[in-house]
Amino acid sequence: MTRTWAKVERVRKCGSLAGTCSRLAARTLFVAVWCGWLALARPAFAVPTSIFEPASPTAAAISELFYLVLAITGVILLLVGGMLLYCIVKFRSGGKATHEPPQIYGSQPIEVAWTVGPLLTVFVLLMVVIRTVAETRQPDLTSDTIHVRVIGHQWWWEYQYPDLGVTTANELYIPAGTESRPRPILLTLESADVAHSFWVQRLSGKTDLIPGRQNQLWFKTSQVGVYRGQCAEYCGAQHANMLLRVVVQPQRDFDDWMAHQKRPAVEAAAGSAGREVFMSHTCVNCHLIRGTPAVGTVGPELTHLASRATLAAGVVENTPQNLAEWIAHPQDVKPGCNMPALRLTPDEFRDLVVYLETLK
Amino acid sequence: MSIVADTTRQPATDWTTVLHGWVTTVDHKLLGIMYVVSGLVFFVLGGIEALLMRWQLFAPNSHFVGHATFNQLFTMHGTTMIFFVAMPMIFGFANYVLPLMIGARDMAFPRLNAFSFWMSLFGGLLLYVSFFAGGAPDVGWFGYAPLTEYTFSRGHATDYWILSLLVSGVGTIATAINLSATILAMRAPGMTLDKLPLFAWMMLIDAALVLFALPPLTAALVMLLLDRSCGAHFFDVQAGGSALLWQHLFWFFGHPEVYIVALPAFGVISEVVPVFSRKVIFGYESVAAASVAIGFISFGVWAHHMFAVGMSPGLDSFFAGASLLIAVPTGIKVFNWLATLYGGRLRMEAPMLFALGFLGMFVLGGLTGIMLAAAPIDWQVTDSYFVVGHFHYVLFGGTVFGLMSAFYYWWPKMTGRMLGPKLARWHFWLLFIGFNLTFGPMHFAGLMGMPRRVYTYQAGQGWDVWNRWTTVGAVVQGVAMSLFIINVLVSLRRGAPAGDDPWDAWTLEWATSSPPADYNFETVPVVRSRRPLWDLKHPDDPDWKHE
Repeated sequence: MTRTWAKVERVRKCGSLAGTCSRLAARTLFVAVWCGWLALARPAFAVPTSIFEPASPTAAAISELFYLVLAITGVILLLVGGMLLYCIVKFRSGGKATHEPPQIYGSQPIEVAWTVGPLLTVFVLLMVVIRTVAETRQPDLTSDTIHVRVIGHQWWWEYQYPDLGVTTANELYIPAGTESRPRPILLTLESADVAHSFWVQRLSGKTDLIPGRQNQLWFKTSQVGVYRGQCAEYCGAQHANMLLRVVVQPQRDFDDWMAHQKRPAVEAAAGSAGREVFMSHTCVNCHLIRGTPAVGTVGPELTHLASRATLAAGVVENTPQNLAEWIAHPQDVKPGCNMPALRLTPDEFRDLVVYLETLK
Repeated sequence: MSIVADTTRQPATDWTTVLHGWVTTVDHKLLGIMYVVSGLVFFVLGGIEALLMRWQLFAPNSHFVGHATFNQLFTMHGTTMIFFVAMPMIFGFANYVLPLMIGARDMAFPRLNAFSFWMSLFGGLLLYVSFFAGGAPDVGWFGYAPLTEYTFSRGHATDYWILSLLVSGVGTIATAINLSATILAMRAPGMTLDKLPLFAWMMLIDAALVLFALPPLTAALVMLLLDRSCGAHFFDVQAGGSALLWQHLFWFFGHPEVYIVALPAFGVISEVVPVFSRKVIFGYESVAAASVAIGFISFGVWAHHMFAVGMSPGLDSFFAGASLLIAVPTGIKVFNWLATLYGGRLRMEAPMLFALGFLGMFVLGGLTGIMLAAAPIDWQVTDSYFVVGHFHYVLFGGTVFGLMSAFYYWWPKMTGRMLGPKLARWHFWLLFIGFNLTFGPMHFAGLMGMPRRVYTYQAGQGWDVWNRWTTVGAVVQGVAMSLFIINVLVSLRRGAPAGDDPWDAWTLEWATSSPPADYNFETVPVVRSRRPLWDLKHPDDPDWKHE
């Protein structure tokens, strides 16, 4: 008996030394992880599409709900994970056991406790969820709400401002509201072909565009800036490149933009040769340029193409080189897209790009 | 019951005889092995598809595979893993183990059983033939209409997808009938339903879920087939059909399907945790009842896959509530498993390692599930990589870890040989680390706004770092699974003999030889408690005194 005790003591001493070492190691690890977190992870979370950088009240409500649920599930994880680790460390068997541990068949009070506890937690969670659903879904509209009809196409976005008589593509312009004058935005979401989903992470959760249905999505923001987003429902070959931008401008800039968009296409002398090329080729079957014979509605309206920041639904920046590349080799820029490559002579091709560049 | 002479256990004289034996067998054990092997083969295929996708997404603007290949890869990966890996492996173990566990000589309908297996296998082959017939399907495993309609999906890839799921679905439904009939009608004398091993309980509920969930999918697939080939308009919006109808039908199948592949893993855990803790399961009745509750509730939560389709706030709240509610019975089971561990004497052998891995990972997947059940959070993260991370914690951390536990647990029974414990440890730890490296960062990519099912992404959005880790993790998992396959092959040639009862376990399958003879048991055992072998080993303190 005494010999065994001595053995146990020896083990304990080793244990305490090992314990000190492991505590030291654990602390060093903790500090290292925390420094690593500050150095690497923090910047990793400050990204232009993070749901934790909300720029509208609805997106903010969702990220707050996320933090709340994260806290609740975090506590559950600590309890359950802690219990699991405790069992593993404490009850792990060393060698061959000679007899079985006590057999415990169950306990009704304990079963009741871990049924009622989670039920109450779930009930509280549900109440919070219902409140957030009501807050975020109920549009908070005013008389000067901006209505936009958003139509999803394979693989680009069409925006119609029915009250203002303007149609544009891929870059959604909206005015920023202020405290005294919030400008709610009400999007009516439709699809021309398959299901898509409108997702601008910092402005709102996503809502699908489903053929045969009209969905609504609303938000308001007072933060001027450019917000990135993209289609979030798989919609075929170029789903990955169905990108979009929301440009939030001060009211005055937005009014200027709108006034410009309402005008028909610019008629510049420099573009006349290219205009001829455009009107005499199949471009007109799909594209519309207001004030010209081109009245196709299959592809994006090009009346003010040159005023856009990107081409091909956000795939490339709108520069003359990229525009030339896009027209010459659409299947290289966006493989599988519905834009065909035209067979043009080099001269025709150059004129066409010049013309499109005049469509400010 | 076996009506074909089993040639495999005699020294094989001629490979055609052996092949003939396997092809014509109706023995539940051989069919079980074939199910598991076919599941493993498809697992390798699905894994290769995953690795190719991860290679493409390692860096932004990558050109490793194009959009066409990538869209085929994720469609095939999802379809393969759900229909031709998870379900066949589950039915394989159920086939092999269930009759043994309940003291039966075979399944209730042996020939139907063979039919089911071959339908399942042929379904999988049909899916893969599409690669050689103009390209694999590229509509996603969920095949949302109208992208699957002929207008948007020319060629026959989508038809292959429909037909393969139809064919294997018939096999699956037949298996469900077979399993429920076996459990309800073939139990050994004395084994009342309240003495049924928990794995059998889970499989009974599982079979019921299949019977109610698969037919809606089959119906939807037939409707889609009619749309595509006979000019019907079920999902054709232009002609008055409904695109949303497909989503409802698919998820009415699709959510119970999650439990169809999760419940058997729960069953495995409910067997392995007690045996390797050396304790009786804590709260047997609660575990069984909680599983029945999960079965029922799982049919009332499907639209939580559709929070973004623009439902009314009332419907959003209903489905959020139902989805949150399912956390309660799930929690009950986790608590009961933990209580079984508590005070036990834990043997850290391979089945237990995977069972403990299951517990940790499944809890994580469940908790992110609670986040997704909160409808507003779902509006942000549905169809993002957050969801991909979440359901891999459930389906990989849950189902695959459970299946691996089952594999290590029952392999000695199926082959008479042990798997190497050292390689098993390497397999577990590498898989555990690789798994978390792969699917942990996916959550962050999703929260940072990365949608799923994209073949490429632009730089400068903060997604690169997470995708790099994910790809590294996927490679580590690939290495881990290679070690597993090596272990299996080595064990087949020169694994240590297992004996009848290598784990000192308590259910009936360990009372017969390894592998069992054709007839399973020389005499049909009589059962007095939930742990018949415990009673035999502890005549002084048998279970039936306490139940």
